[in-house]
Amino acid sequence: MAKRVGIEVSIACAEAVRLANVDVVPAYPITPQTHIIEDLSQLVAEGELDAAFIPVESEHSAMSAALGAAAAGARVFTATSSQGLALMHEIVMLAPSLRLPVVMVVANRALSGPISIWNDHSDIMAERDCGWVQIFCENGQEVFDLTLVAFNVVEDERVLLPIMVNLDGFQLSHMIEPIEILDQEEADTYLRPHKAAFRLDVDNPTSMGPVGLPEYFSEAKMAADMALKGSKEVVEEELKRFGETFGRHYNVVETYKAEGAEVIILTMGSISETAMSAIDKMRTWGKKVGLVRIRLWRPFPIEEFVAAVKGAEVIACIDRAVTFGGTAGPVASEVRSCLYHLPGKPAVINFVAGLGGRDVTVDDFVTMVDRAQHYLRKGIFPPYELINIAGEEEKEAESA
Amino acid sequence: MIEIRFHGRGGQGAVTSAELTALAAIGEGKYAQAFPSFGPERRGAPVAAFVRISNEPIRTREKIYNPDIVVVLDPTLLGIIDVAEGLKSNGIVVLNTKKSPDEIKSEFGIKARLAVVDATRIAMETMGIPITNTTLLGALIKSTGVISPLSIEEPLKERFGPIAQKNLDAFHRALAETTF
Repeated sequence: MAKRVGIEVSIACAEAVRLANVDVVPAYPITPQTHIIEDLSQLVAEGELDAAFIPVESEHSAMSAALGAAAAGARVFTATSSQGLALMHEIVMLAPSLRLPVVMVVANRALSGPISIWNDHSDIMAERDCGWVQIFCENGQEVFDLTLVAFNVVEDERVLLPIMVNLDGFQLSHMIEPIEILDQEEADTYLRPHKAAFRLDVDNPTSMGPVGLPEYFSEAKMAADMALKGSKEVVEEELKRFGETFGRHYNVVETYKAEGAEVIILTMGSISETAMSAIDKMRTWGKKVGLVRIRLWRPFPIEEFVAAVKGAEVIACIDRAVTFGGTAGPVASEVRSCLYHLPGKPAVINFVAGLGGRDVTVDDFVTMVDRAQHYLRKGIFPPYELINIAGEEEKEAESA
Repeated sequence: MIEIRFHGRGGQGAVTSAELTALAAIGEGKYAQAFPSFGPERRGAPVAAFVRISNEPIRTREKIYNPDIVVVLDPTLLGIIDVAEGLKSNGIVVLNTKKSPDEIKSEFGIKARLAVVDATRIAMETMGIPITNTTLLGALIKSTGVISPLSIEEPLKERFGPIAQKNLDAFHRALAETTF
């Protein structure tokens, strides 16, 4: 029977991986790593998980080993964070092209410099265009649930792509909270047994990762893109089946009091919970504010997003990473692009918040909503704006 | 919702205190969050840890700025940091000290309500080490009632295994000896 326990989110994540009965866990075991890998190594050492734990010498090797193991037909899990993900980048790019269904959890943390160990989305946004399915968790329960869902999604023969399950570093990874943990029997009613669609086999030789001559390269990329776009349907199916099985329902885009809202706060990840508290507060003041939260980041759920913000006047779109010198943060770029050709579209005001562990508070959400409405009234549309910057508020007060 | 901040020094168990409090509350069927002040961990340096407890699902990831309760594991922190910073006006500081509440108030200018216990002495006498986290949990529960004394036992046993009984002894002595 599932039981609700107080548990660190990283440990709950490791428990989901144990329930998925993975075969191989290659991981760099030193910082920037989370308790997910520490706990998995212990589960393997104690015989609670029958898997090969490979403590490799770098994240570049971790992903290389992950792809090798997946190519041999294993169910593979790894996890990393920040600089580790950056070091992995070369092989991260390769994984979707090989169509190998690796599950990786990323505890999202800032990339240096200045040196930072704290939470933001700069690590994951640098991997945005690598062709992985990418999903963002709001709380510990979602981390547990979506880690399980991830295996079914990527091993579906219509997908065969790797997935990153994103959770906010520290804000979630180091948080103890109540999480309903499934037992093996329950997990088995949902999880399909692993069967590799393609694998390296000496009796039936095959090649993986050959040269893509100019005659084939574009077609290979198009195939990878089609596979990624097509994965949305499978993600939706799996979320639906998970909801039907366990009663916890998830969608690719979530809304909270968004129906009829004039202002939409747009978020990804764990700040969404604080945003909901801010919305409840602003609603008591009569402000028509709602939340749209993007759970599935890749493939971007265009139709669902557009439907969710329909009728709003302005979107306060929050990014957790800077696109230096660009036209908007990574989330706002997508959002503006989705809406550009639509008549009666909401304006998009882009705030960059919560960098390198800076808190994003209820008051910050109130400020962002106020500023979004202010910009709309004045007809000013800055490309993006960093909020909560020391000294900036004083400067503004002086110039006003 | 009740918000608690624990102050200690790296190695004294402030983070464990926060975790055990949250686990006990969750064991009671409540909702709770426990989290450390994220950063490099250094033995001996001042550290803080945080707990939220609520009867409803907790829907915030903010840091805790205005706690209802502050627990101080190490008396030497009093002269170094403002332990009562942000404390709600009806809040309480639970303190490990040999001194009386009045002495602490006049010496450090703390205006908040105080609960005191000589946790270092209790820890030395029951466990033989000056680790005061489980002792302060006794003081916390005695002075605030945020969780039931019974509900701390299971998480404490699970965490400390063979030395759980000594920790429970220290905990129970603090339940008896805390003044506020």
